[in-house]
Amino acid sequence: MFSHRTCVSAWRRTAFAALLLTSLAAPATLGIDTAKSKFTATFRQMNVPVDGEFTKASGTIVFDAQHLDSAQADIRIDTASFDLGMDDYNAEVRKKEWFDSKTYPQAVFVSKRMSALGANRYEVSGTLTIKGKSQPVTLPISVKTEAAATIFTGTMPVSRQAFAIGDASWNEMVEDAVLVSFRIVQPR
Amino acid sequence: MKPARYTKTAIAMHWLIVLMLIGAFALGWYMTDLKISPAKLQYYAWHKWLGITILGLVVLRLLWRVTHKPPPLPLATPRWQVLAAGAGHWTLYLLLLAIPLSGWAHSSAAGFPVVYFGWLQLPDWLPKDKELAHQMEELHEMLTTALLVVVAAHVLAALKHHFIDRDGLLHRMWFGRDGSGQ
Repeated sequence: MFSHRTCVSAWRRTAFAALLLTSLAAPATLGIDTAKSKFTATFRQMNVPVDGEFTKASGTIVFDAQHLDSAQADIRIDTASFDLGMDDYNAEVRKKEWFDSKTYPQAVFVSKRMSALGANRYEVSGTLTIKGKSQPVTLPISVKTEAAATIFTGTMPVSRQAFAIGDASWNEMVEDAVLVSFRIVQPR
Repeated sequence: MKPARYTKTAIAMHWLIVLMLIGAFALGWYMTDLKISPAKLQYYAWHKWLGITILGLVVLRLLWRVTHKPPPLPLATPRWQVLAAGAGHWTLYLLLLAIPLSGWAHSSAAGFPVVYFGWLQLPDWLPKDKELAHQMEELHEMLTTALLVVVAAHVLAALKHHFIDRDGLLHRMWFGRDGSGQ
């Protein structure tokens, strides 16, 4: 007859083994390195390319090349962290007509599907939400696995008008298409 | 008697540069304190295009100047005036090169590159850097103030020759025909 004590320790062992198996099967959800990740938006005004950087972002990614069906990304960018390098322009883009950072502090991308394109390239589709408006997006990304981190890079064209970023008076001056490029570093 | 004149090319370039400078200065004066708007960005673009055009014209003007001797000053001109005129003119040329260059540098450092007529993107020769951009802006303003002072002296000297000395020296740089022009 098993004593109560042996019974509990056996249960613990089983639970631990099960947990270990689950963690081997499903890749872990890991946060991104906020300081090392880089998000840049390039817009064109009268054909002049101007870069701005989102200096604050957070998020989690689940990625395992062998288990793409469980891949999942959730990236959140603080719109108030957009830095064009000039204080007056930085203040401008936080206003209601642009990001309306007070009401909508974050731009969010949540992935739905990820499929392999070969040679470390993948196609990610998901939903981009900016200023309370959601749009389906699909973009190719590259994944590089380093010793200490997994690095996800890619670009995504974003339509200003689809998300009401900048009112109509700007449409002749600032091109609708804004190119967002990113380099997301996720420690392993 | 009318003194010998600058060449027609030099005269045309001189007045073309004057007109463009007035335009660029007026725009620069007006646009900087405007609130951010599409119009403000438009004025900045025009200001930059004018500045680059002036830079190009001044380079041509200088090449012309070193290959075409300007007409001599009247023999009676005191030596200090000859020296002052020479120093003044070369200071003008120098400032007219330095001002557009500092504006271009400011554009580079601010991360708003110059795209000439919305068509030709000029190379950036400074990295994007807030502090550097601020310094270039200050330099651009300082050089422009210096230009205003030298231009004021230039204009006053010309008016003095015309209205006080009545020596017809202004005709060296004015349009029209005379026998001694090249």
